[in-house]
Amino acid sequence: MSGGDEVVAAPVGPPQPLDWKFSQVFGERTAGEEVQEVDIISAIEFDKTGDHLATGDRGGRVVLFERTDTKDPGLSRRDLERMDYPISRHPEFRYKTEFQSHEPEFDYLKSLEIEEKINKIRWCQTANGALFLLSTNDKTIKFWKVQEKKVKKISDMNLDPSKTVGNGCIASSSNSSCPKPCLANGGSSDRSCNYFGNDFSFPPGGLPSLRLPVVTSQETSLVARCRRVYAHAHDYHINSISNNSDGETFISADDLRINLWNLEISNQSFNIVDVKPANMEDLTEVITSAEFHPTHCNMLAYSSSKGSIRLIDLRRSALCDSHSKLFEEPEAPGSRSFFTEIIASISDIKFAKDGRYILSRDYMTIKLWDINMDSGPFATFQVHEYLRPKLCDLYENDSIFDKFECCLSGDGLRVATGSYSNLFRVFGCAPGSTEATTLEASKNPIRRQVQTPSRPSRSLSSITRVVRRGAETPGVDANGNSLDFTTKLLHLAWHPAENSIACAAANSLYMYYA
Amino acid sequence: MIDEPLYPIAVLIDELKNEDIQLRLNSIRRLSTIARALGEERTRKELIPFLSENNDDDDEVLLAMAEELGVFIPYVGGVEYANVLLPPLETLCTVEETCVRDKAVESLCRIGAQMREQDLVESFIPLVKRLAAGEWFTARVSSCGLFHIAYPSAPEALKTELRAIYSQLCQDDMPMVRRSAATNLGKFAATVEAPHLKVDIMSMFDDLTQYDQDSVRLLAVEGCAALGKLLEPQDCVAHILPVMVNFSQDKSWRVRYMVANQLFELCEAVGPEPTRLDLVPAYVRLLRDNEAEVRIAAAGKVTKFCRILNPELAIQHILPCVKELSTDSSQYVRSALASVIMGMAPALGKDATIDQLLPIFLSLLKDEFPDVRLNIISKLDQVNQVIGIDLLSQSLLPAIVELAEDRHWRVRLAIIEYIPLLASQLGVGFFDDKLGALCMQWLKDKVYSIRDAAANNVKRLAEEFGPDWAMQHIVPQVLDMINNPHYLYRMTILHAISLLASVMGSDVTCSKLLPVVINASKDRVPNIKFNVAKVLQSLIPIVDQSVLEKTIRPCLVELSEDPDVDVRFFASQALQSIDHVIMSS
Repeated sequence: MSGGDEVVAAPVGPPQPLDWKFSQVFGERTAGEEVQEVDIISAIEFDKTGDHLATGDRGGRVVLFERTDTKDPGLSRRDLERMDYPISRHPEFRYKTEFQSHEPEFDYLKSLEIEEKINKIRWCQTANGALFLLSTNDKTIKFWKVQEKKVKKISDMNLDPSKTVGNGCIASSSNSSCPKPCLANGGSSDRSCNYFGNDFSFPPGGLPSLRLPVVTSQETSLVARCRRVYAHAHDYHINSISNNSDGETFISADDLRINLWNLEISNQSFNIVDVKPANMEDLTEVITSAEFHPTHCNMLAYSSSKGSIRLIDLRRSALCDSHSKLFEEPEAPGSRSFFTEIIASISDIKFAKDGRYILSRDYMTIKLWDINMDSGPFATFQVHEYLRPKLCDLYENDSIFDKFECCLSGDGLRVATGSYSNLFRVFGCAPGSTEATTLEASKNPIRRQVQTPSRPSRSLSSITRVVRRGAETPGVDANGNSLDFTTKLLHLAWHPAENSIACAAANSLYMYYA
Repeated sequence: MIDEPLYPIAVLIDELKNEDIQLRLNSIRRLSTIARALGEERTRKELIPFLSENNDDDDEVLLAMAEELGVFIPYVGGVEYANVLLPPLETLCTVEETCVRDKAVESLCRIGAQMREQDLVESFIPLVKRLAAGEWFTARVSSCGLFHIAYPSAPEALKTELRAIYSQLCQDDMPMVRRSAATNLGKFAATVEAPHLKVDIMSMFDDLTQYDQDSVRLLAVEGCAALGKLLEPQDCVAHILPVMVNFSQDKSWRVRYMVANQLFELCEAVGPEPTRLDLVPAYVRLLRDNEAEVRIAAAGKVTKFCRILNPELAIQHILPCVKELSTDSSQYVRSALASVIMGMAPALGKDATIDQLLPIFLSLLKDEFPDVRLNIISKLDQVNQVIGIDLLSQSLLPAIVELAEDRHWRVRLAIIEYIPLLASQLGVGFFDDKLGALCMQWLKDKVYSIRDAAANNVKRLAEEFGPDWAMQHIVPQVLDMINNPHYLYRMTILHAISLLASVMGSDVTCSKLLPVVINASKDRVPNIKFNVAKVLQSLIPIVDQSVLEKTIRPCLVELSEDPDVDVRFFASQALQSIDHVIMSS
């Protein structure tokens, strides 16, 4: 590994495997503590700068964290980046605020309970120092603004505040002492103002006895306000929302349809994809995830339960039922089983930052696709191959339908995804990289990791298609310990600029860095 | 403590900071009252700075504030003090809610338009520059809408700078800013001197037209027409026309959609020859576009386009497309076509209309989609002017009958709305034969809205053809139906009677209508009875006093002793109005 010595020479060899360290945990469970269902984290998302992190939970709450280590007085970030030595600090976050985004509801028309669980969170463009984000449950998307607001303390009123609450009170309280003008004022605020209609003449210098209220306190507090509610557009459960790079629109996808919204218009959306067959019995495939291209505002990708990813171009037509590109892996002959179709279902897709690659997660693997190559995945990584013999058990206890998320590092060199027993895996996807790390969401992430060197089974030495397999069996299982299917790490996110991962183990948020 | 007479105004001021948003809104809407109470000087020195700090309020309050400040010049002491209004509006230009920003920009424009030139240079232009250099995109978005006010009064050097700044905004990192620059380019261009227009503005325009993001390009399309009108025809042909033709073949259907909507405006700017050579082919392509949305937009402009062209060109190029569109696979395309196609008749002249357009009308009249048929029928008067209704009437009738019996009540409702128009176009004879029965049939429709509309229709017909005709063709049939066994239908008839009474006049009302109503007061259903009371009340102004006393009052008195509480209530209401009328006479 001669390339490791000099930063400039990096392109020569694959990057070194990262050495992951524990950074922080929020909401750590004490031994024996029961996890409350509502506290289980159901969504994690970094904002574009990586200075903020949001989590959503099954109780409909959104919790925001902010980075504490970037506010360096002397050096700007760009200066730091130019320095020849790596920054020693790693991202550290602190709790910023939280708010109740969704409440449990009941749809009376359809006799349907709508749970408050946050399915997805997406950050929007910051403006005026306020943070904006979209959060969604199964049916309703909400647009939130989180902002520092001055706590107002008003002093120097014209009237004694203890005596007056509103216009109505004045009229009644002053009735006895001064019947004439007050009768004219009636009791309503409207009429009290009409009294000073255009025909009333004020003295030219104004009325000196009137004072404007004085706002004193400069204290601030964080306030989250729901700015818009995008509702009643989905018959099925919303699985994804995604912002467009044009800053104006976003999409929301449910099992059968994808809708396009303007952020500013909450009462109409346009259906752009509809895979609902005329007869529901002909249904063979549902939409599982959808995402906009990071830079091309006209492109979006969506994945299906059959393991395919479709790329569509919004420019071609208003209804995008026909895709412009289809990515799927040709089925290996003779490998078909009862589970083939179930485990092929893609649970999450993510575009890489440059928009060239798409990462997808199905039950057993994560796959990286080059959008310029639709013959098959560019790379495939086995996440937990040791589960393959157990598919039957996993089917019995419904675990086979778990929806694991996946993420890419900001530089696009690594990918990560979760597994059972609170484990997650990080793979290097740069050409030649053999990096395949297993980590546990705990304070000691490498506790359970077995240092079996990964054997890259290279079918081709060229970079076009490299299939690698990771460390096949974590030690626990090799030791005969049974796997814990209830502790699954479904949600995780990679910091957009640095090697830092946030992942959710039940109600706890663990952060790691390398 | 405040003097008692000042109480209301004092409350108003205090409530500028009330917890309750409704009260704050109320105070902001009365800002001018507050200002007058404070006087001009204190408004300038206290109220305006106070408002400037009040910028983290709810959007509704900010929106109201932005609006009020736009007309605030008189309250701060006239135009010479107008600049004190700029700071609060500048802050409002930076908030993230679009409607607040738009309103603030609008108000700033309104104030800027009244400001003295010197003040514009000293305070308005620096404001525009500050916003254009704003840290957040919201400020930069707002700045784009202010250049056309700032530019004309700027000295030469500053003008150059403003053009440079606008050019920067056209290339901003944020698509929102580029969109705003594209939207406002036409307005700004209108203020820029011709030489700069050709160079600076055109290069900005070129930048905008080449963006990868559809949302920016499609706004640049709007600029095409606006810019085209500012340029000399030859410049327009040289610079704008190629862009527009390019856009008409853009990869994005949304851009082509915009072109389809805007194209006809450019025709005037470029003159007849380039129109024939370039724009007509472009338009024909759009009429045949793959994307239905584009064809909808193009079809909707067919009439406007044809009016600009000479008839031969329209017949030669556009009419064949129109023929294709009339059988388009998308019902919305056909519907859009149907809503404008009647307007083509005057543009094409009588012969072409009869030979070519008429078959299209007829096929659209038979369209399977009701909206298409309705759209044709709604514009019938236009074709009547050119060829007369006779040619159409034979095909019209089946279409109307079918719509009249459509199973969707909204369709039936729509056709009822057009019946008076049809009646006036088709004439009494045709109407009596064919449509009279339909109008009666609707009074017995299952859907309330249809019955309600039918009752109104009966009244409008009576107005159209006069009381004598109505006496013969409407009144007897309507009155007949009062014996319908279902009380809801009887109620419709009562409603129709009260509507007809105002048209038919006192005599007919007393001799024909009133007896029926009085008779209905003995109905066994209370709902009918209290509706009788309501109808009688509505008849009060129509009949004369003797009838009032002899017929209506006794009936109402009887109803006012009815066992049903509602009947008693409406009867006593009606009696009160009788008393009122008699007292005042």
